[in-house]
Amino acid sequence: MDTTARIIEKQDLTGITKLFVVHAPLVARNAAPGQFIILRVTETGERIPISLTDFDRDTGTVTIVVQQVGRTSALVNALDLGDDFLDFVGPLGDPVPLPEDGHAVLIGGGFGTGALFPLARELRKRGVRVSSIIGARTRSLLILTEMLSRQSDELHVCTDDGSVGYHGFVTGRLEELMDAGAGFTHCFAVGPMPMMRAVATTTQKRGLPAMVSLDPLMVDGTGMCGGCRVSVGGKSLFACVDGPFFDAHQVDFDVADDRLRIYREQEKVACELTGLER
Amino acid sequence: MPIVYPHKTEMPVRDPQARRRSWDEVAEGYTVERAIAEARRCLNCQDPVCELGCPVNVPIREFVRCVAIGDFDGAASAIRRRNLLPAICGRVCPVEHQCEARCVLFPHQDPVGIGRLERFAADWVREHGNGGESAAQQVWREQKVAIVGSGPAGLTVASDLAQLGYPVSIFEALHAFGGVLRYGIPQYRLPKEIVDEDVEHLKALGVEFVRDVIIGKTVTIDQLFDELGYSAIFVGTGAGSPIFMNIPGENLKGIYSANEFLTRVNLMKAYAFPEYDTPVYRPRRAAVIGAGDTAMDGVRCAIRLGAEEGHIVYRRSENEKGARAEDFERARDEGVIFDWLTLPQRYLGDENGWVRGLECIRTELGEPDESGRRRPVPVPGSEFVIEADLVVIALGTNPNPLVPHSTRGLDVDAHGCIIADPETGATSRKGLFAGGDIVTGAATVILALGAGRKAATAIHEYLQEQLTDKGASRNGAAQAHVPTSDDVVTSRPDISVAEHEAEERHRGYMEGTVWARDYATANELRGFVENFGRGMESALEIVTGGTEHTSVEGSSDFEGPYWEGFLEGAEEVLIEGTGRGWLNS
Repeated sequence: MDTTARIIEKQDLTGITKLFVVHAPLVARNAAPGQFIILRVTETGERIPISLTDFDRDTGTVTIVVQQVGRTSALVNALDLGDDFLDFVGPLGDPVPLPEDGHAVLIGGGFGTGALFPLARELRKRGVRVSSIIGARTRSLLILTEMLSRQSDELHVCTDDGSVGYHGFVTGRLEELMDAGAGFTHCFAVGPMPMMRAVATTTQKRGLPAMVSLDPLMVDGTGMCGGCRVSVGGKSLFACVDGPFFDAHQVDFDVADDRLRIYREQEKVACELTGLER
Repeated sequence: MPIVYPHKTEMPVRDPQARRRSWDEVAEGYTVERAIAEARRCLNCQDPVCELGCPVNVPIREFVRCVAIGDFDGAASAIRRRNLLPAICGRVCPVEHQCEARCVLFPHQDPVGIGRLERFAADWVREHGNGGESAAQQVWREQKVAIVGSGPAGLTVASDLAQLGYPVSIFEALHAFGGVLRYGIPQYRLPKEIVDEDVEHLKALGVEFVRDVIIGKTVTIDQLFDELGYSAIFVGTGAGSPIFMNIPGENLKGIYSANEFLTRVNLMKAYAFPEYDTPVYRPRRAAVIGAGDTAMDGVRCAIRLGAEEGHIVYRRSENEKGARAEDFERARDEGVIFDWLTLPQRYLGDENGWVRGLECIRTELGEPDESGRRRPVPVPGSEFVIEADLVVIALGTNPNPLVPHSTRGLDVDAHGCIIADPETGATSRKGLFAGGDIVTGAATVILALGAGRKAATAIHEYLQEQLTDKGASRNGAAQAHVPTSDDVVTSRPDISVAEHEAEERHRGYMEGTVWARDYATANELRGFVENFGRGMESALEIVTGGTEHTSVEGSSDFEGPYWEGFLEGAEEVLIEGTGRGWLNS
């Protein structure tokens, strides 16, 4: 059985964010919206989880978006067309439970926007109305606007500095739209932890059901180690097999946020050795 | 009369102080002189009861005798007939509860050091000999077998079925093979090079190893059967899901499941950070909860990562600990502190969310519980704090749910373990077999080997029945007949069961070395004798003897139905045999 995963397309989305189309038919075959993969690039390397941005069973390809945040993501982004990943395993996690009707609002922040695309496509296929709200610090860091707009009935763009679109956070735009009577029935959010926490607070206040995709530290991705445990509704759940999407209103964001910092010291060392700034 | 020494010959171990910070193997193994001295302690009993204590029936008396006379190749060959992972089992088997517990010397004297001798023979052959191994690849059958998980159970099934000529694929979720041998057992106890060599040996037999495939996610069991054409599947996915205590503070930083801690250290080699990219917390004071083998591994790894103090925290007493005696003693020698009768109640954290200790309560032992061990009862008012900046929870594991949850028609018990026949590994799903920790819950490497061995035999029988079924339905003569294990074993789909049943039964005898025209025929002969042999204590061994001939060694009476496919080969076996053997009608 061939598990080769070869890069057949690479795009620069921003200076530090790359999109890869990977020929990996085994992974594409059973992939569903909300799932992720784990990859490794060197024999001494870490295993890191990355959300699926797209998958196509017919062409046997999957698409991922990787933002350079440390040593391993820098090594990934240095790969070129024609290169193989050393390991590329998936699809992992449970598919996100999607509604059959209604009006879904999808919220993406930073490179988390990449993970929204398969949700938008599937929702539209089911006849659910899709509004997408995506945000970034500034115009040049916005990604995948065109790709996502093709699968959205409405696309709203926000920047922290007002360089394009709504001037402010995605939650500000979300509240504006809700005030204007958008009639959202479901919300799905993927992005940095502070953004997802803000979405959780806003939607809870307004009684809108919401799910967030958690991205904790992981090792095996098969439920074996428990390193990715998150506290949801007072219970410890494993993001790799019970998630990655969880009820936003049940997630303990303090724990989730804090557990991301376990290896801050080591991450600094690794970045210095790699010649990266943090 | 030989002089009998009452104590086991010492095995050299590295100095506890020197090894506290080293990942090199602790036990250095016997020298030739020590191995022979120890083997000579064996009384060579007429009735080797030690062998009854071995889950895979290693011919212990025979291999120990070989060591005693200096025939180390012979010793390794004898072991390998029943156990393909001797270098591993010689290191990790709980021998004091198995073979050595049955040794007639015991308890008046130390039992013969069977585990140490097994390790010696396996290591000697790895370093010096050819091991009499039959590494020639000869996949000739058509029915494909998939094995899920490359741990001890899966490796055993793969080995047995590959030697019977089946095309076998092993699917592994991680990026390296060996399962618990890879991620769980530390380098200082089982060097990973040994696991690598065993995997290479199986590759040479023709086994396909596929990494990065998670059965249940990447490919499902249903897809393996329906789309990828596998005729039988063995699930040996282990007990992979860690148990937490669900007490306050469990998500503080610095608290790990044993699985995560050991996987980071062993599989990802976090002890060599930053040479390896995966980090792990380097503790000052470590507390490991539990007292089994995994707990000993955890606390000894913590010490090797730099902990000045390593604690084992266990709610029962030393008598109830689950760890092997040898590992417990080595942990003690390395300075581990044992807090018996101590139950953690909550974790204490600092202002930055890092664990700084465990609040515990003393216990005393009450009435036995359902496990037969005395139940620990908290002593009111005895609360105290153990300071620790690293906590490893080693309280056992639950079965990995990925396969059960994604497979139609597969029954599991209340714990989530796959329900499988203990003698065959057969599950509620036709063609699907299971064994090892996924069936029993967390147990030992050697029990997984035993389960794998039985399952391989059952899978072979099942696949032979499938062929017979096809032949029978084509022939139309025996449509209603449901084959059982008493039926003819055949690889000839053109002969119906009914025709077989009409044939006379044949009897035969073989002894010594018999040459077959090729590996496949030798395998058939072995299979026949194993299926129909009487008084067979051990399997026959197939030894590759060059490009044209293969020999089968052993002795047995056997009786079985006429089997044309077998006889064709057998006639040649007998005509060309250099040993003795014949078939009578």
